[in-house]
Amino acid sequence: MSKARSAPLRTALIHLALIAYTLVALFPVFLTLVNSFKSRNAIFREPMALPTPSTFSLIGYQTVLNQGDFVGYFQNSLIVTVVSIALVLLTGAMAAFALSEYRFRGNTLMGLYLALGIMIPIRLGTVAILQGMVAAGLVNTLTSLILVYTAQGLPLAIFILSEFMRTVSDDLKNAGRIDGLSEYAIFFRLVLPLVRPAMATVAVFTMIPIWNDLWFPLILAPGESTKTVTLGAQMFIGQFVTNWNAVLSALSLAILPVMVLYVIFSRQLIRGITSGAVK
Amino acid sequence: MGSLQLKSIRKAFGTHEVLKGIDLEVKDGEFVIFVGPSGCGKSTLLRVIAGLEDATSGSVRIDGAEVINVPPAKRGIAMVFQSYALYPHLTVKDNMGLGLKQAGTEKAEIETRVAKASAMLSLDPYLARRPAELSGGQRQRVAIGRAIVREPKLFLFDEPLSNLDAALRVQTRLEIAGLHRRLKATMIYVTHDQVEAMTLADKIVVLNAGAIEQVGSPMELYNKPANIFVAGFIGSPQMNFIPAEKLGDAGAKTIGIRPEHIALSRESGDWKGKVVHVEHLGADTIVYLETEATGLLTVRLFGEHRYAPDDVVFATPDKPSQHRFDADDRAIV
Repeated sequence: MSKARSAPLRTALIHLALIAYTLVALFPVFLTLVNSFKSRNAIFREPMALPTPSTFSLIGYQTVLNQGDFVGYFQNSLIVTVVSIALVLLTGAMAAFALSEYRFRGNTLMGLYLALGIMIPIRLGTVAILQGMVAAGLVNTLTSLILVYTAQGLPLAIFILSEFMRTVSDDLKNAGRIDGLSEYAIFFRLVLPLVRPAMATVAVFTMIPIWNDLWFPLILAPGESTKTVTLGAQMFIGQFVTNWNAVLSALSLAILPVMVLYVIFSRQLIRGITSGAVK
Repeated sequence: MGSLQLKSIRKAFGTHEVLKGIDLEVKDGEFVIFVGPSGCGKSTLLRVIAGLEDATSGSVRIDGAEVINVPPAKRGIAMVFQSYALYPHLTVKDNMGLGLKQAGTEKAEIETRVAKASAMLSLDPYLARRPAELSGGQRQRVAIGRAIVREPKLFLFDEPLSNLDAALRVQTRLEIAGLHRRLKATMIYVTHDQVEAMTLADKIVVLNAGAIEQVGSPMELYNKPANIFVAGFIGSPQMNFIPAEKLGDAGAKTIGIRPEHIALSRESGDWKGKVVHVEHLGADTIVYLETEATGLLTVRLFGEHRYAPDDVVFATPDKPSQHRFDADDRAIV
């Protein structure tokens, strides 16, 4: 920032606000992580304290890894999330390309219809979805979750991606057409690389709700072989007794894959969020 | 080889008619320029010829063959865009070769053609670079190279110089003119810059509001504009238009006289007036004066002249070079 435009007081206030927000946002994560390394008594006696040699305990992690098939749950969560993201990105980008590139009757109407899902929560349709899955014999399969999450992620993906695709130069696509590229080649080889930052943004926005979801795994795939991590962690929460060590450890572990995926996408993500604002 | 016939091309977006029946004949090897104000439909017409835009009705023939239902890649055309439109992820060499590769040309053949084009445009040192590592002028040369490599029947240029700065524009203009001489190819070029049009074209097509106003060689348009629009569009500074009744000419509605066809004198002349503003350009001096007979008048004098605002001067038009227009704004011959 140039010196002329930075008043020290203003900068200090801005940073103060940002630091405060960061603290608020990180506090629950911090609390979860810290307490997952403490013994049960220590969690309740001093929930805010850092683990000391006397309170340090890995009992939660031991429980999580020994009880139930947590590796399997992780695998389920990863499969569901990754496949859903892939489907959302692929089909969403294709739909967005069609909407932004081609003039056809009902284009605007179709765009609105596809964006409708942003405003109406998919959970409202849970009963119908469950009936459908039962009829299709998909209950207790990962496929049922993937289908639902793909549908859930598509509206936002199409909305964001079609806006970005409108910014891709028409000349470039036309140059491709004159050079004999098919519409698929134009989409995959010219347009997709240019909207990569937007794809990363969509990927992150799609990924987090899927990874954290408890609702649909509980309803559509509660079986042992199809449990996801979030659902798996629930088994330590009982009506009368809750194994807090295990719950906190399971949640701490569940953060890791999201962190890894976020780091992969984040450089692209920041470009995606700011690219509309500054050129 | 490359001739082009357009027959009653119409194009409408919804109810808005952009092209209102264009008929045009382009002979083999001609350099034709579409010129007109923005929104006149010149770029749309180029896109219709390229096949990037479907005409609502009409016929496009390249070398006598109807191509209205032929995809762009199979029309035997190549296009150069204003924004260069290079593939960002490919090197200069691959950018130039992609069209041929798609068409299934043999590798050795692609190599020789790319080498030839890059030598022609002095792009050899840049062949391995990506477009992001090139300057604007170099990028446009790559775009032109990409067109040359395809050896098309028709070259289409869509305002190729608009994104370049003034010095590069002149240089690239010369290159395009040289290219046309060497390749003897048919070229169709869209611009809103009349200097480009005058300097490059064999034939200029002046478009206005989706219709052709006049077709002719640069000098024909300059010397014999068919109507007020063409008269005002071609030539800089713009032609002076004077209501004919002020000059006592009953047979016409408007008299047009170019700034360079008026002489100035401090002693005597036809119209007495006062200098309002003077622009000294070195080679030319542009004098704006307010005369009693004609109102505001632009006069272009060659060389340097020491006129200053508020000087009293006399202007004398060169009668034979004046243009007369009737009530429909058409030239009276």
